Amino acid sequence: MNPSRKRTVRLVVALSAAVVLASALIYTSFSAASPALTPSQLLREAAPGRSYQLTGTVVPGSVHREGAVLDFSVEDRAGGGASAVALAYTGVVPDPFHEGREVIVTVAKQGGRYVGEANSLITKCPSKYKTAPPSENQNS
Amino acid sequence: MAGLGFACLVLALVVCAYGIGASLYGVRSGRVEFSESGRRSVYALAGILTVAFIVLEVAFLSNDFAFNTVADTSSRTTPAFYRAAAVWSSQEGSLLLWAWLMSLWSSLALFLTRKRMRDVAAYATAIMLGFSGFFVSLMVFYANPFATTHPVPPEGAGLDPLLRFPTMMIHPPMLYSGYTLCTIPLAFGMGALLARRVDADWIKAIRRFAFAGWLFLGMGILLGARWSYSELGWGGYWGWDAVENASLMPWLTATAFLHSLMIQEKRGMLKVWNVSLVLATGTLAIMGTFLVRSGILNSIHAFGGQTLGVPFVCLIAVLIAGSIYLVVSRREMLRSEHRLDSWLSREAIFLANNLVLVGLCFVIFWGTYFPLISEALTGQEASVGPPWFDRYTVPLALILVLLSGIGPVIAWRRATLANARRNFLVPIGCALGLLAILEIAGVTQKPLALVMFCLAAFVFGSIGQEFFRGARARRAMAGEAAPLAVLALVRRNRRRYGGYIVHLGIAVLFVGVAASSSFQHASELGLSPGQSTRVGSYEVRYVKPTATITPRYDQEHTGSTLALGAVLDVTKHGHHVTTLYPSEGFYSSDEASQGTVGSLIGGQPVSHVALDGGITRDVWAAIQPNIEAPWLERIVKTGNSTLPAEDGIVAIAYLAREYLKHPPQAQFHFEVSPLVMWIWLGGFIVLGGALIAIWPAPSVVRARVLARSRGRAVRGLARA
Amino acid sequence: MGFLVVILTLALIALVAAVVSAPIRRARGAGDSPDADAQAPTGQAPVAPSAHTRDDLEAAREAKYREIRDTELDFRTGKLSSEDYETIDADLRAEAIEILNELDELRPREP
Repeated sequence: MNPSRKRTVRLVVALSAAVVLASALIYTSFSAASPALTPSQLLREAAPGRSYQLTGTVVPGSVHREGAVLDFSVEDRAGGGASAVALAYTGVVPDPFHEGREVIVTVAKQGGRYVGEANSLITKCPSKYKTAPPSENQNS
Repeated sequence: MAGLGFACLVLALVVCAYGIGASLYGVRSGRVEFSESGRRSVYALAGILTVAFIVLEVAFLSNDFAFNTVADTSSRTTPAFYRAAAVWSSQEGSLLLWAWLMSLWSSLALFLTRKRMRDVAAYATAIMLGFSGFFVSLMVFYANPFATTHPVPPEGAGLDPLLRFPTMMIHPPMLYSGYTLCTIPLAFGMGALLARRVDADWIKAIRRFAFAGWLFLGMGILLGARWSYSELGWGGYWGWDAVENASLMPWLTATAFLHSLMIQEKRGMLKVWNVSLVLATGTLAIMGTFLVRSGILNSIHAFGGQTLGVPFVCLIAVLIAGSIYLVVSRREMLRSEHRLDSWLSREAIFLANNLVLVGLCFVIFWGTYFPLISEALTGQEASVGPPWFDRYTVPLALILVLLSGIGPVIAWRRATLANARRNFLVPIGCALGLLAILEIAGVTQKPLALVMFCLAAFVFGSIGQEFFRGARARRAMAGEAAPLAVLALVRRNRRRYGGYIVHLGIAVLFVGVAASSSFQHASELGLSPGQSTRVGSYEVRYVKPTATITPRYDQEHTGSTLALGAVLDVTKHGHHVTTLYPSEGFYSSDEASQGTVGSLIGGQPVSHVALDGGITRDVWAAIQPNIEAPWLERIVKTGNSTLPAEDGIVAIAYLAREYLKHPPQAQFHFEVSPLVMWIWLGGFIVLGGALIAIWPAPSVVRARVLARSRGRAVRGLARA
Repeated sequence: MGFLVVILTLALIALVAAVVSAPIRRARGAGDSPDADAQAPTGQAPVAPSAHTRDDLEAAREAKYREIRDTELDFRTGKLSSEDYETIDADLRAEAIEILNELDELRPREP
């Protein structure tokens, strides 16, 4: 094979390898991802055992701590307390956590209840722009 | 004065527009005076934005609450130090900081290239002014830092307590310098393509700019990680948050670029690759800036609003389209001059390193933007978490460290196989030696961390061997004593040995990351005074509670009204190790519904972490005191209803006393993490090595070296 | 206060205009010919192609010298056999000579 042909072959092999690896990556990302749902969506669609990213606002008056477990309810950002999800969360609670604040927490349905995944609670900075403090995301 | 500030912005916009026109006209028509005028526009822009920035700083320092940004993010009770930093805590102020830094670095870049690459520089000027103009127009039309309200409010909202940390001062300017410095190579890269000159001269200039961006960005990222770890209450330094990733991606491509540029310099290869890397770095930097302030991704940083999203998307689209067009239309001139002489060469290792770095960048890119991608493809927004990131970045990082240990052992251009095989003995020996030690010590439960430790030993062995042999060669030639030989060696081969030191630093850093994430002991539990718990091999005992009240106008503190905390006694095997004083600060809020007393402590609480750092381990503690215990709540309610507003602090004082007398159980978060200090140490080593690599030799020495090399080159020809 | 702002703004505009237009005004003053041969009193050389090439060749020369030194260091630290070193070294020196010759064509040799 002449050198230029060899080079083309090498390029094709390298590109194919890259494509294969990228595809593997892409495929696993879809299966490893947890869908982001609002409380009303979660109540409708949650399947037991799967984890979801619940996004919404903390319902005022729903926060209650029992030892290591923090109970609170999350309602739709747009309001409407009808669809509020009550969950039990263990783990680190970020400083900005407060009633009425927007949160993201990974939950899974266990039995009839929702359980927050340990250390998955993120609270959004309450007001408009704040310069980049790195994540308050509690992940072990 | 706000008028002056806004006038500066408008003037800046005019100057940008003029400068773009003048530079382009100057370079197309060959009329030097217009290109020169274009360059001076950049200097003028820097001057104008400096004036604007000073106006805003003065407004903050003098508590001029007519300015909206001052009223929103500062207050009379915010300490002066933080008032100065609050300038960039708002969307508008941070845009001004970005534009100002951009103009400063652009001026410096143009000043340094004022005598060379005139045509490339003219195009680059237009592009840099384009970026500056973009940010200035955002301020002029969307987010004006000089907007005012009348009547003037008597007091401001105060700086968010979460940001009242010293590192807050340095992190954004450092990071923004990194981002803006990354756009300068992009400008010169596009300029070179437009002027159709991608050559040795361009390489020399662009290497400096890319290096500066790489350095500042890297330091900014490390500072952010350090801040997150030592001052935020979650005890981690990296969470694969969208904003963290956004700053890491351009850093990775910049690292790749710095390496592959050397290949282009030596072999005239990879021109397309390099130009693409430089354009990608700049584009990723802009995307990073955009991500932080658009709120399009669910991270804690829901900054800005949708208003800024659209202009940014347009800019990024233009950058990507423009880059692709330029590279494709100039591909003839970007043809490689040579091929790789041999796969066993340092060039080949650099190529592999590039692939790994770009692969890493792709993984992080995919994971970060996945919510948008999945929404576009499946209609359902989903996100991937840190475990997914770890799964792919850890193996790539391991390969990267391995390559950095192989590189030093292989010669440029074409290594001799027999020599290479022999040279690997010491590094491999080091790796295996460490493996044996760790096995004997029983540290084997985490295989990935183990591999990283051994690879780091491999790198140390490889680089140590380089220093040893280099010094030995030097002594053979110049007969110096060993330490002097090492110094002389480094001084005369700064780029190589500086680079080696950088790689040592990276290895140290990765060891720290591996150890602290794999072998960490953490626990969260509630404790009452007198109780203790075990964390790793340490006993932590809650000795007694603490309570501090800060008077309203105390400048020294960060301005919290009340701070409740604990005294923790840390012992190991019965011996006292350290005492920790974590606390939580309660700040005032302006919510009238909380009552006069309640609003004194009803604001954002901020955790003050207690950290005992050591070379082998860090002991970290955070506390969440239960301020809502019934007997404490009663004090607040009573105070609300009985005390006049200005005496509210009396109730707080009473509450503090009650807390000390009858402390409720508090929630604690403890961590014992080994080798965290190595991360910051590694960072310092990288900084040191980078400075050595970039430090120019004095010009006298350079002239001498040049003359001598010329003579030798000629003699060499005569010999052949 | 408003008056002060207006004055400052006007002063700033004047300063900027002066700085930015200086090269153009100088070029106009030095002689009305706008073609590339005009030498402005600030001593700016016109952008002649040879200037680019000279800068470029000098940078290439520096890079080539550095390569020669690097290869020697590679040899002395035991990464190359002496045969390989001699071959590569000769190649590099020949490449350096080429660059030096091209430079010589542009201008006379320095003493």
